[in-house]
Amino acid sequence: MRITRTVAGRSRRVAVLATTGLTASALLLTGCSSDDSDSNESSDANGKITLTVADYGQFGYKEAGLFAKYHELHPNITVKEDTTADEKVYYPKLLQQLNAGSGLADVQGLEVGRIKELVDTKADQFADLSKVIDVKEFVSWKEKQATTADGKVIGAGTDIGPMSLCYNTELFKKAGLPTDRKEVAAKITGGWEDYLKLGEEYKKKAPAGTYFMDSASAMYNAVVSSNAKQYYDESGKAIYKESPSVQQGWNLAAEAADKKLTQGLAQFSDPWAAALRKGTIATVACPAWMAGQISVNAGDANKGKWDITTAPGATAANWGGSFLGVPKSGKNVDEATKLVKWLTAPEQQAAVFKAIGSFPSNTGAYELPDVKNATLPYFNDAPIGQIYADEAKSIPETILGPKDAAIKDTISTQINNMEQRGTKPDAAWEAATKSIDKVIG
Amino acid sequence: MATSTPTRDAYAPPPRGSQHKPVDARRQTWRSRLWRFDDKASPYAYIAPFFLVFGAFGLYPLLYTGWIAMHRVEMTGMDQMEWVGWENFDKILHDSEFWTAVSNTFLIGVISVVPQLLVALGLAHLLNYKLRASTFWRTVILTPYATSVASAALVFALVFRADGGLLNWALHFVGLGDTNWANGHWTSKIAIAVIVIWRWTGYNALIYLAAMQAVPSDLYEAASLDGASRWQQFRKVTIPSLRPTILFTIVISTIGSMQLFGEPLLLEGGTLGATGGNENQYETLSVYLYNYGWNLGHLGPAAAVAWAMLALLLIIAAVNWLIGRFVRKSAV
Repeated sequence: MRITRTVAGRSRRVAVLATTGLTASALLLTGCSSDDSDSNESSDANGKITLTVADYGQFGYKEAGLFAKYHELHPNITVKEDTTADEKVYYPKLLQQLNAGSGLADVQGLEVGRIKELVDTKADQFADLSKVIDVKEFVSWKEKQATTADGKVIGAGTDIGPMSLCYNTELFKKAGLPTDRKEVAAKITGGWEDYLKLGEEYKKKAPAGTYFMDSASAMYNAVVSSNAKQYYDESGKAIYKESPSVQQGWNLAAEAADKKLTQGLAQFSDPWAAALRKGTIATVACPAWMAGQISVNAGDANKGKWDITTAPGATAANWGGSFLGVPKSGKNVDEATKLVKWLTAPEQQAAVFKAIGSFPSNTGAYELPDVKNATLPYFNDAPIGQIYADEAKSIPETILGPKDAAIKDTISTQINNMEQRGTKPDAAWEAATKSIDKVIG
Repeated sequence: MATSTPTRDAYAPPPRGSQHKPVDARRQTWRSRLWRFDDKASPYAYIAPFFLVFGAFGLYPLLYTGWIAMHRVEMTGMDQMEWVGWENFDKILHDSEFWTAVSNTFLIGVISVVPQLLVALGLAHLLNYKLRASTFWRTVILTPYATSVASAALVFALVFRADGGLLNWALHFVGLGDTNWANGHWTSKIAIAVIVIWRWTGYNALIYLAAMQAVPSDLYEAASLDGASRWQQFRKVTIPSLRPTILFTIVISTIGSMQLFGEPLLLEGGTLGATGGNENQYETLSVYLYNYGWNLGHLGPAAAVAWAMLALLLIIAAVNWLIGRFVRKSAV
């Protein structure tokens, strides 16, 4: 009898244990896949809607108070912004979320260097905005960049980056250079070669520990940006090895590194921000959005020390600029497209421009007083509205490729090596092409 | 449990053909069959949860990674897979950056594991003395292990910063110039090794301490009667007794250093971190994998790197095993 009881008891125990174990592991297995079920819950019983906006860098909506204003206009809608500082961190995450079809915000920021790749491969996951926004309102080339072959528009243009030159008047004065923006402009009308000559002039009497430019890769970007043909040709073939604009930019960067005109800082890195704060940089190639970056990083202590003038040379350049897209998987696609339309309308783009200096892509904004008469107090009241609007008119329509951003980053890294480590231009170019071939895959 | 359960043999059913009635015998056999089944099957049920979880989160990803490694898959279109066979492996094996990453991984591994284990051994020896508040000290040396990689790496990134970093600031006082730690080939590796050493020394010290306390105290008594000094006791008694434990920590640390990822990624952060510095001077294999997959978006070669790492680990394990066998033999 005792035996029987023990055996039965044991097997019951085994059964219980086994079942518990299996159930537990089954729960574990299933539990892991269902934990994000309520993160997309954005509309509650009262019809209140929360729209999420995911972006990177500085879109300026918070600074311009636009989300608060939208809430005032639409009391049932609250907008939450999730900003990633570095676009290079933001984009891979966006791709992963697009692949998974979950975790996406209602509105996603899209960078111009990535837009071609997204148009080519992910267009079917974004709502078509062509019916919502009027593409003719934007500068002629802007919406073409976000349009698929069959006419779908996946992104509404936010800002563009007409190029100017930002300079530190205090350092210019100490180095015996003119500080007036017209006089500075006159010295560099011949183009980026003149800019390097100005750099040599600066270096002769420069205050110790200061540099003419922050980074040669920034100058390289500015040079390449003023050309229609950059890394790809019309047929979509990567031509960066033969591209004249890339060669010109590379050679100028090598020269700047060789003459030690640059501090050799990777832009947007911590040391770069620290250098702006300390005031060791005399000039920064300055697409419109860069003005915001400078004022934020250099801080209040440097207010009024900076000024803005036209970029070297006669050809205008556009560097950067973003789009807002609406992923189809969102729960409030309609409300999100309405928000995007509102955010990219002239008045709102003008407000962003006023707040942080990102230049509107919606031409309707150029006639608004906030843009037309805009001056930037941080930059010695520079008439930026006028400077950038003039530039914007002559920006060439550039040919984009899927890996523009990655190619640009790779070349920038190698330019950085020339500046910081004295890597010989040939070796750096070889390293760059090798990496880029890997990027293109 | 084992104490209350009598051994199985004691309950072995009586052999057939004994005095029992047929009915009883049948019941007995049924019971004994159930019993045997229970005996054989229940251990599998006990260990099943682990293997289910391992299958889902270990084996399946492993095999699927192998599958991906044979395909051309882009992050921009993960649903489109094109069979390419061994091409991805060919690609990474002919990529000089891969070999840079391999040598970086090994160099950083060596300069972090060796000092870390030596210091851990010393610390364990000290903690093994009779100390006041010994639990406190033991807890304290484990705290670095409890911090997350991310926070440790971020704090050390501040220490090693070229511009305004704590270390350069301190070096400045002893008259040494600025060093761009992340930029140099050796300095960057040292910086990363320091983070690893800081995090793992205490952990290893506790393992050693546990092993040391298992060393019979009469060995020490005998040694001191023979006039051995503390140092001699450490060398002649402690170290030989710890040999298996030391081997264990070496294996664990080697695996850990193969997987080194957070520290190099966060030393500079951003694009530079993801490529292990602007000349890949501190790019480890994991960072190389990450960059290939998530930054460049080419998942095929990235998966191939994962398998190459597994192959390397197996080679290391084999070498370890051979050394271990050799050590055991020479010890006898």
